Amino acid sequence: MSELNIHLHVWRQPGPQADGKFVHYELKVTEHASFLEMLDILNEQLISKGEEPIAFDSDCREGICGMCGIMINGVPHGPQSATTACQLHMRTFKSGDEIWVEPFRARAFPVLRDLVVDRGSFDRIIQSGGYISVRAGSAPEANGIRVAKPDADLAFDAAACIGCGACVAACPNASASLFTSAKIGHLGLLPQGQPQRDRRVLAMVRQMDSEGFGNCTNHRECEAACPKEISIAFIARMNRDFVAASARERPEKAISGPG
Amino acid sequence: MTIELKSNAPGGDIATRWDRHRFDMKLVNPANRRKYNVIVVGSGLAGGAAAATMGQLGYNVKCFCYQDTPRRAHSIAAQGGINAAKNYQNDGDSIYRLFYDTVKGGDFRARESNVYRLAQLSVNIIDQCTAQGVPFAREYSGLLDNRSFGGAQVSRTFYARGQTGQQLLLGAYSALAEQIHAGTVKMYPRTEMLDLIMIDGMARGIVTRDMVSGKVESHVADVVVLCTGGYGNVFFLSTNAMGCNVTATWRAARKGALFANPCYTQIHPTCIPVAGDYQSKLTLMSESLRNDGRVWVPKRKEDCGKKPHEIAEADRDYYLERKYPSFGNLVPRDIASRNAKDVCDEGRGVGPGGRGVYLDFGDSIARLGKAKISERYGNLFDMYQRITGDDPYSTPMRIYPAIHYTMGGLWVDYNLMSNLPGLFVGGEANFSDHGANRLGASALMQGLADGYFILPSTVANYIAKQAADGKLKKVDESHPEVRKAEADVKTRVNALLSINGKRSPDSFHRELGLMVWEYCGMARSEQGLNTLLKRIPELRAEFWQNLSVLGSGDTLNQNLEKAGRVADFLEMGELLARDALHRKESCGGHFRVESQTEDGEAKRDDENFQYAAAWEFRGDEKGPTDFVLHKEPLEFDYVKPSQRSYK
Repeated sequence: MSELNIHLHVWRQPGPQADGKFVHYELKVTEHASFLEMLDILNEQLISKGEEPIAFDSDCREGICGMCGIMINGVPHGPQSATTACQLHMRTFKSGDEIWVEPFRARAFPVLRDLVVDRGSFDRIIQSGGYISVRAGSAPEANGIRVAKPDADLAFDAAACIGCGACVAACPNASASLFTSAKIGHLGLLPQGQPQRDRRVLAMVRQMDSEGFGNCTNHRECEAACPKEISIAFIARMNRDFVAASARERPEKAISGPG
Repeated sequence: MTIELKSNAPGGDIATRWDRHRFDMKLVNPANRRKYNVIVVGSGLAGGAAAATMGQLGYNVKCFCYQDTPRRAHSIAAQGGINAAKNYQNDGDSIYRLFYDTVKGGDFRARESNVYRLAQLSVNIIDQCTAQGVPFAREYSGLLDNRSFGGAQVSRTFYARGQTGQQLLLGAYSALAEQIHAGTVKMYPRTEMLDLIMIDGMARGIVTRDMVSGKVESHVADVVVLCTGGYGNVFFLSTNAMGCNVTATWRAARKGALFANPCYTQIHPTCIPVAGDYQSKLTLMSESLRNDGRVWVPKRKEDCGKKPHEIAEADRDYYLERKYPSFGNLVPRDIASRNAKDVCDEGRGVGPGGRGVYLDFGDSIARLGKAKISERYGNLFDMYQRITGDDPYSTPMRIYPAIHYTMGGLWVDYNLMSNLPGLFVGGEANFSDHGANRLGASALMQGLADGYFILPSTVANYIAKQAADGKLKKVDESHPEVRKAEADVKTRVNALLSINGKRSPDSFHRELGLMVWEYCGMARSEQGLNTLLKRIPELRAEFWQNLSVLGSGDTLNQNLEKAGRVADFLEMGELLARDALHRKESCGGHFRVESQTEDGEAKRDDENFQYAAAWEFRGDEKGPTDFVLHKEPLEFDYVKPSQRSYK
């Protein structure tokens, strides 16, 4: 088992309002450890020296929950494509490498501590319209709705989004267009999603704008950084939907029920 | 004091029990619902679906999760699929068959009424999720596709590539998000439940800690619903997420809720083997892989060091196909796991440390082509390659069992209410439907059945009855019991911070996990369990003397969070060992070496152990002093207990 000597520079920030800075650490680590296990090992060493460990988010460590999200040498989730930070392994690096680790940077993702950021803005975008309304118990027979396999597959490609925020961190404008368009694309491609399609795209795009994310100017950095390889074609689809829905938009009338 | 455990399940024809029960339950007038407060802890399939559905119905819901958003709950990591008795394949499936398979698969240690209801609701779940836009796999006809999964002889599993849990969770999350937007649900992310508030013998609220600001707060309600997952992380290395913990259910157990069948833990046969002591968790490879992969080890020990392709076909032992010809590689999880352990114990394991067996796709790739295999398992193969550096298209995977799921949990009746009035428990956190062993693709089914369909009805029934009896008195945060619970939590947080010892929470957790895996893992013996029961209290004593938690309680402090969870695992682990010691039979995921058949299969003892073991905590703030056993006898009117045979 070969061991690597690495020179780490990690962003340390005690709290949301405090100033942060890079702190330098030297570490020996096995190449089979994952990147986050490397941080675990460092944290154990810090604790034994009486220093506070580095705060970072992670949960499933299987690349599916989307909780881990850090910049590694300026790239969200690090150098390996289609891979979250938790699935990145130290064998990707060489002994002697300098590694810079910092939180995702975006106005809409305020830093809470060290590498931990608040991505509540993503939740609010989904809350504004990222759903198909169906009361429990009111659903029709599942095979009553046929979905052509190519549509279902394309919807799936968009649904694979794990909400990690790498797209925002990668974008020079800190735009959330890839994230937002993935949900709009997923639901808009399915027959079940049609009744709320216009409302959904209008509400979600407006919420995205109000959260302080930047605009998309087609840098395509988001697509390259996305651990689930979601295509920017969904952004184009969202923009088309938004324009069409805007043209069709009219004030909703309040209609009262019978009696 | 003995507690009488009444299942409250209706009698009569099993097929109509749930319908009759629903009719007998009381309702809450729609205009009155917003006056009632419901707390849901956990936002996975059970909790997310329950909170969303009760929000839709008009209750005033508060939902809590420890992650930064409800979309990350660990339900997300389930890969393989969800069972439903739709019989879309016309291959002989039915509600009764799913019920039968689940009771048998659980080794006759589940409650028949609950399991039948689960099988009935399975069909509604698929309808509900499809309508929400969950992108289940489809055929070219546009209809839903199915596959056979983990020990089933019919194709009843619905799936979404290798991400079924993720897609179902995102469905529940979107329903929850809609209710948050509508104002019926208030969401508290990054918030941990640290105690249950009991007032006049009823569960009336929880004490939480905001994991960002450190603020300890109380929330009162009319009902508390715990959907906080299992306790697999007592083993430290498991396939659970890093944050999964037993704290919510354990704190409830300390307040009098009975903890049932903790010794029923599931070992998943297809995980990536342990590679080193730096490892933080184990990664599951979906057992759907067993549909097309063949499990083998070398026939001779001497061949174990060779590369797999250097071992001739005749020198390979496809031991599952050999021993279980009718089920082959698809035997239930407990059997697949134990057999892997056996061949490794014989010295025929492969890979570093000799703790691994091959899962070989060579034949399937030859038969179906690489493209088909990639379509079915592409993301799993990629994940395997990222973690191990090996390419499973050209060299067989290496797999080994790991802790994956826990069937035990808080005892609940047919209404999913614990023995504490007003405390409901759903999903993996309760003990109810899987008996001693859970079949593949049944966890998602249970979580969603509890969340979308069962809890919303049974919680309403409880509220209506209590309100009619005048028992739901108004309480607020100034109530003495609330103040006391909150003060206790603060004392405990401060205690963890002020030990000022030398060892990190992780180091205690790792040591605990290693000993629980050693003595209470795939094979358990009286001697080993007694050793464990001696060593856990010793480790717990050291924990309270030598723990180091740096920093303060009023900031984001991940080590403080861990410390609290490890403290609870150090108590719960003892109960796990206690339960395993008392259950002298083998059944499902619980294998006592003293109780096996001549050919080494698990041997049940129905005469003495056909009951759910529900344990009452006795002790004080320092820890347990005793656990008192209460039994719920199990009756089987439909599926007569028999020795499971998958030969």
